[in-house]
Amino acid sequence: MIEFLTALLETPVLWFLLGAIVLPFIPAGTGRGLLTLVVPIISAWVIWTAPQGLGGAASLAGLDLTLMRVDKLSIVFGLIFSLAAFLAAIYAWHLRDTVQQVATLLYAGTAIGAVFAGDLLTLFIYWEGTALASVFLIWARGTEGAFHTGMRYLIIQIGSGVILIAGVALHYTQTGSIEFTSFTGEGPHSWGVGTWLILLAFGIKCAFPLLHNWLQDSYPAATVTGTVVLSAFTTKMAVYCLARGFAGTEFLIYVGAIMTLFPIFLAEIENDLRRVLSYSLNNQLGFMVVGVGVGTELALNGTAAHAFCHILYKSLLFMSVGAVLHRTGTSKASELGGLYRTMPLTMVFCIIGAASISAFPLFSGFVSKSLILSATADNQYPIVWAALVFASAGVLSHSGIKIPYFTFFAHDSGKRPAEAPTHMLIAMGLTAFACVFIGVFPQTLYALLPYSVDYVPYTWAHVLEQMQLLVFALLAFALLMKYGFFPEEKRGINLDTDWSYRKMLPAIVGFSCQVIGAVWSELMRGSHAAKNAILDLLSGYYGPQGRAAQVQSTGLMVLWLAILLGTALVLNLVILPS
Amino acid sequence: MLEGIVQNAPLLAIMLPLIAAPVAVLFGNKSVAFYISGATLVLSFALCVYMALLVSDGSILSYHIGGWAPPIGIEYRIDAANAMVMIIVSAMGALVLPYARASIEKEISPGHHTMFYACYMLCFTGLMGVAATGDAFNVFVFLEISSLSTYVLVAMGARQDKRALSAAYDYLILGTVGATFFVIGLGFLYIATGTLNMVDLADKLANSPDNKTIRAGFALIVIGMGLKLALFPLHRWLPGAYSYAPSAVSAFLASTATKVALYVVIRFTFSVYDASSGFERTTLEYIILPLAITAMFTASAVAIFQMNVKKLLAYSSVSQIGYMLLGLTYLNQTGVAASFIHMFNHAMTKGALFMAVGMVVWRTGSALLPSFAGIGRTMPWTAAAIVVAGLSLIGVPATAGFVSKWVLMAGAFERGWWPVSFAIVGSSVLAVIYVWRLVEVMYFQEPKATTKDPVREAPLAMLVPTWILILAIVWFGIAANAPVELARIAADGLLAGGFDNGQTVILGIPGR
Repeated sequence: MIEFLTALLETPVLWFLLGAIVLPFIPAGTGRGLLTLVVPIISAWVIWTAPQGLGGAASLAGLDLTLMRVDKLSIVFGLIFSLAAFLAAIYAWHLRDTVQQVATLLYAGTAIGAVFAGDLLTLFIYWEGTALASVFLIWARGTEGAFHTGMRYLIIQIGSGVILIAGVALHYTQTGSIEFTSFTGEGPHSWGVGTWLILLAFGIKCAFPLLHNWLQDSYPAATVTGTVVLSAFTTKMAVYCLARGFAGTEFLIYVGAIMTLFPIFLAEIENDLRRVLSYSLNNQLGFMVVGVGVGTELALNGTAAHAFCHILYKSLLFMSVGAVLHRTGTSKASELGGLYRTMPLTMVFCIIGAASISAFPLFSGFVSKSLILSATADNQYPIVWAALVFASAGVLSHSGIKIPYFTFFAHDSGKRPAEAPTHMLIAMGLTAFACVFIGVFPQTLYALLPYSVDYVPYTWAHVLEQMQLLVFALLAFALLMKYGFFPEEKRGINLDTDWSYRKMLPAIVGFSCQVIGAVWSELMRGSHAAKNAILDLLSGYYGPQGRAAQVQSTGLMVLWLAILLGTALVLNLVILPS
Repeated sequence: MLEGIVQNAPLLAIMLPLIAAPVAVLFGNKSVAFYISGATLVLSFALCVYMALLVSDGSILSYHIGGWAPPIGIEYRIDAANAMVMIIVSAMGALVLPYARASIEKEISPGHHTMFYACYMLCFTGLMGVAATGDAFNVFVFLEISSLSTYVLVAMGARQDKRALSAAYDYLILGTVGATFFVIGLGFLYIATGTLNMVDLADKLANSPDNKTIRAGFALIVIGMGLKLALFPLHRWLPGAYSYAPSAVSAFLASTATKVALYVVIRFTFSVYDASSGFERTTLEYIILPLAITAMFTASAVAIFQMNVKKLLAYSSVSQIGYMLLGLTYLNQTGVAASFIHMFNHAMTKGALFMAVGMVVWRTGSALLPSFAGIGRTMPWTAAAIVVAGLSLIGVPATAGFVSKWVLMAGAFERGWWPVSFAIVGSSVLAVIYVWRLVEVMYFQEPKATTKDPVREAPLAMLVPTWILILAIVWFGIAANAPVELARIAADGLLAGGFDNGQTVILGIPGR
């Protein structure tokens, strides 16, 4: 115990734990708000001053644990996590909810702990810690729906932890080591079951395709401030783990490419703006996973830089949509519009976030995404490069344009909410400033990256390429809007015969969507019925009145005793040779 | 004086409560009885800790009763395995006692309080004696002392629920049949070897040719004790006994009685017999292993559907015993150590759970799930205790339960039994479900409309012992090294076979 405390002393996690313990005893208000601000600052300071190398040694059940492994990869993630926690704390200044505040501190603390974990057991402990702490941010919404969403989220997150510990145990028995280093070895064909399980656990938290549904399910269901916090940590922790453990695994490139592509279409037709942002979060993760898969120094730098920038601009977007939700009570595109009149500052910040995520030159997304694009191009993955470029255009369309356009412009919803509260504006302002600052002075970010960088983002080729893409995407959007084809606009459209084929295409899409939807709901109903039938069957046997739980007569129990004794005797005396 | 106490530590730890029981009855005052019991239990616990420190280097304490040297005289023989079980029993005994004082005020009619303390002392004596003795027949004697007093203790729940009487009767019949099997097994051993001292038995068995008497004796001992430790499917007495007994009795029995019976099986399988090969090993692998895994799943599945929370915990105990038995069947150091660690951790966990649930019953008057509604708001400390102990039951990191499951899984891997590790994880998922049902009711349902007596937090006399256990669960979840080390020494001693390895320190007055 003492050993653990001294080990914890070296880690930034300690301050989050202390903060979480002290917080409930401080009356809600300024003092408490200050505490949530001070803790991330101390954390950043501890990370900044920590000596590189291994520290925080402890042992559990005969295994050596390393609570504080400091190198440039962990520092960059540790710092951005601290910064995200700080910005989220400003944004949540108005909060008077002890549960959410404690959960936020614990969540950020465990995520940072995971980043500095030098062994797999410590990683696992923090891994489950993030799951347990974060679910309260969803439950804090207090609705019946949020409760069930939280349950689904928790089951999946804990499930990934269970898979992780199973993988760790297998890995340990195979290699005799629980050190958290690269697992790639000689490539996927040489991996044991343990390594695959570890990858699967990372993949669930990183929202790999088909493992991603928890993200879009849960993030939009959290509280206004909760979503901002959630968007920063869990998935980026998984990206860090992938970068640490599976850098240079080629098939991750294709996994990442698929991740960048498929959410685009779903985001395009989604009405809830926070869900749109969740899909685009998934798409951005795809870029990072591609970087991990390429695995060169340039690519890993790209992954780290993109995670850094992404946390900032995604927080900014969630903050601005959250501010709108806070003021108007809705985040549905169809119910918003025209808010620029009364929320001009929020609009400006939202556009800065949108420009960053779309990778406009001079905004943060540009300087980080370029690294990954260059890495794929340098390493001869033309198809992947093309996919990423296409995905970038998609990002621009659904996050870069759709979010600000439908919220603040488009048709006037008639809503005239007040400007966002001051603390939210400060949080958004700081975040927006960081986005622009990184975009203009990329070298400050590059200096933090794991490998030394001599990359110049602002070459004519890069800028031109990106501007072509952006301008064409803007043009396409403008055309779609002009002719009323953007999916959200449902106002009357005058169609000529000439245009009927344009009408047909959406109709076909709509029809197939309906068919798929119908089949899906039938399947769900069927599985629901099957679930009930199985439950009935189980409770018939195991339930209080079932066979397994019945009160039996004493004689019957003695009979069991006799049967068991008979079996043992037969086994010992008859079957086994003397 | 101190020298005398230290020299006679094994005897005093057991005999003090045995003498205290009739003394308490003679005084006939429940407060006096409580203080006498408390003093002896605390002293007994201190002596157990002292003995555990002595044997933690792998040595063995041998105490000759009355100075008569074994194998003629009765010997108390204590190594790390015994010491660990004795610490479990004495610590739980001392912690449950102050809790019991508050809880029996409502549960047992005042006239029976003195008798309650006496029976509690006797039960404690019996369990400690079984754990300490190095004489096979002495095991039976102490077992009967503990069993008979247990039947009375369970039956004392009749004031709350008349079903306690039938549960006690069931337990009486079955327990007696089990004990009879056990003593018949001992008879076979005595016929075959002519001795009852464990060291001597082990020596003679190792040197005698294989014969059917010895084999039948083993089957009778393991199955007879299997009933006492609630080996699936011989567990049917347990849910009734635990759920209708007074809360304090449930907490004490759930954390000690089955563990002691399990210890007896371990001692006979490994020290007296030799489990490394032959029919002993086959019995473990072909009878105990499948039953242990079946218990882990079936009993957990039953627990999920239970509406009575004490029964839920009782069935969960049956499944947890599956884990402890599972560790044995690996026949490696990690596995056997895992059994001991899980005994230790589960004693704390289940003890805390039964105590916390007992507090809810104390306030609401019912152990049915609906009466737990909204406890999270009305009894925050009790509900928090249930949550922490529940997490330990599941095996969440930073609780004691995680350490035992981790070691248990490591043992399975060492043995090369992959599927078993999946069974461990799979049944933990079932534990998640039944613990979650409790949490959901406690925190997400509105408290029941209060009648006249609003539900309040339980009194400190009950809360404090419970929370000591909760803190211990967290402490041993993080600083697990001490119990793990002791368990590994115990496992080493057991796996070496015999009961004679390690440096033997003779205590007491050697002579005659």
